[in-house]
Amino acid sequence: MKGLDATFRSIRTAGKKALSVYLTAGYPTRSMTVQLAVGLASAGADLIEIGIPFSDPIADGPVIQECSTLALSAGTTPEDVLSMVKEIRNSTPIPIILMGYVNPILAYGMGTFIQDAKLSGADGTIIPDLSLEESGAYLRNTAESGMAPVFMVTPTTPESRLGEIDRISRGFVYAVTVNGVTGERTGTGDVAGESIARMKQHVTRNPLLAGFGISDPETASGISRLCDGVIIGSAVMNRLRHEDPETGYRSALGFISSVRTALDG
Amino acid sequence: MSTPPTILPDRSGHYGIFGGRFVPETLMTPLTELERMYREVSAERTFREEFGILLADFAGRPTPLFRADRLTARFKRGTIYLKREDLCHTGAHKINNTIGQGLLAKHSGKKRVVAETGAGQHGVATATVAALMDLDCVVYMGSEDMRRQESNVHRMRLLGADVREVSAGSGTLKDATSEAIRDWVTNVDGTFYILGSAVGPHPYPMIVRDFQSVIGREVRRQVHALAGRRPDMLVACVGGGSNAIGLFHDFLGEETRLVAVEAAGLGIGSSKHAASLSAGKPGVLHGSMSYLLQDDRGQVLPAHSISAGLDYPGVGPELSYLKETGRISVATATDDEALDAARRLTRLEGILPALESAHAVAGLEKLMPGTRPGEIVVLGLSGRGDKDIGTIRQEPLR
Repeated sequence: MKGLDATFRSIRTAGKKALSVYLTAGYPTRSMTVQLAVGLASAGADLIEIGIPFSDPIADGPVIQECSTLALSAGTTPEDVLSMVKEIRNSTPIPIILMGYVNPILAYGMGTFIQDAKLSGADGTIIPDLSLEESGAYLRNTAESGMAPVFMVTPTTPESRLGEIDRISRGFVYAVTVNGVTGERTGTGDVAGESIARMKQHVTRNPLLAGFGISDPETASGISRLCDGVIIGSAVMNRLRHEDPETGYRSALGFISSVRTALDG
Repeated sequence: MSTPPTILPDRSGHYGIFGGRFVPETLMTPLTELERMYREVSAERTFREEFGILLADFAGRPTPLFRADRLTARFKRGTIYLKREDLCHTGAHKINNTIGQGLLAKHSGKKRVVAETGAGQHGVATATVAALMDLDCVVYMGSEDMRRQESNVHRMRLLGADVREVSAGSGTLKDATSEAIRDWVTNVDGTFYILGSAVGPHPYPMIVRDFQSVIGREVRRQVHALAGRRPDMLVACVGGGSNAIGLFHDFLGEETRLVAVEAAGLGIGSSKHAASLSAGKPGVLHGSMSYLLQDDRGQVLPAHSISAGLDYPGVGPELSYLKETGRISVATATDDEALDAARRLTRLEGILPALESAHAVAGLEKLMPGTRPGEIVVLGLSGRGDKDIGTIRQEPLR
């Protein structure tokens, strides 16, 4: 286990940009999630985000909604997700971030969940519908367990709040490139540039990784110049939506390799 | 000692442990701005005057308080009055709130409004106000609800609204609300979200309550005028809870008994109901902490009710708090009981209630035996039943 801070240090020292890849846990299958995370680590991902499926994902677009629904109907529980994290951790030292909506985490028990996530080998957590204002217990629990609480900033976040979110975040800050939900878009680079540059001015303590709507290597490379790295989610999940899981697997890995090349180019 | 219920929410938008703002960061600043604008604008005399004029001349307020003699005679106990929100323009109490939020939308300078709808009443009320105020209007509605409330779909389209079908999940109000929130997150700069029930992130539950509490204030005046005192019991149906909190709010600090009637669907013992206060646990859906139908892993369970407007697995945070503190009591009525009650009220009083409101009427069967002659019972008749004729006709008379 390498840890988030050490990972970002070595990326910076090498003059590179970070690449974080999101996977919905349990889609298309539990074993495929583990196989993918390990494969993506070799294909050039620096971080893996593992999404805990939820019945009502209001921050997600159609692709991740569908993957979540299918993962849930296959019976994926938060406990299963933690055991997937453990398996991934046993195969690779890549930092793992758990991403999940707040209600399943509250049902598990916030404190217990953070402890168990740490024990399973996760490095940090993102809870997209847990605002800074509602994060009191969450921040205490993550501090006690040594988990990194990663918060999001968006084009609507005012400057004073950017600084506040930077102060309470650990690991990195997640820059949401555009107003909206997750999902592939065209033209993200044009609209996102200005707001990412503004975020970068005020997020000074943590690395800033940009996500939402980054769907091709060129956009990833363009946006990464304005911050410390990029996050890819729906574009990978969409490639997994294939009749033959092996074809989906190869397509996802090939795509991430091409993003890696573009980022390093 | 719990906080007196009349001064909630607290500064951070909570009602005890309930409420708050559990939303993606994109919405946090728009919600803060909405709260600031609402507090500022709603205190202005010009806003209050404009709101008052529209409630009177456009919506048709005050609505009558009707003494239901034949329904009263059925029980031979307290005297039952019906608060006739069904006589509001567009056929339900929903217009009270959409006029208020429509004025806020105009004040914000945004030209586009979005809304979710279950029974279609909030969608129609939003589309109506959008026509009146010259705003572009998009309404999200579940595919199941579009089928069972077809006449309201036509009404919304006639009013110029873009009705968008949501087939995700159970194709009902929960899914329509998720989709409306996603639209708002995406178009937040130019779009005002007109939320229809006293649910969602702060300040929505407070705003909707404030705009709907005209119902209870009128009831106070009307009952005082005819009896010189306060009512003894108020009864309202609850889905998200906008008509219930609107009726109850003015009486929270007093001794009037407040009863919320939830949809028990096929029965509380079945998994097919919408009784989140009776059978749910605290959890987070659509931006706030409230009682919620959920499994032990925190996944939201699909609700069921014959009434599309009550077919929602959550309930507002303020009603959650009032239930928790014991200030309100909660009763239930099944699909069949509501259907019977709709038919009964139609035959006894010549008033066809919405299936939502029929749950409150059904609740009287259990509640009235506990009242005494001379006591005053006010039932919130939140909407008219024309939209439900198709459903009522299909169900066999028992």
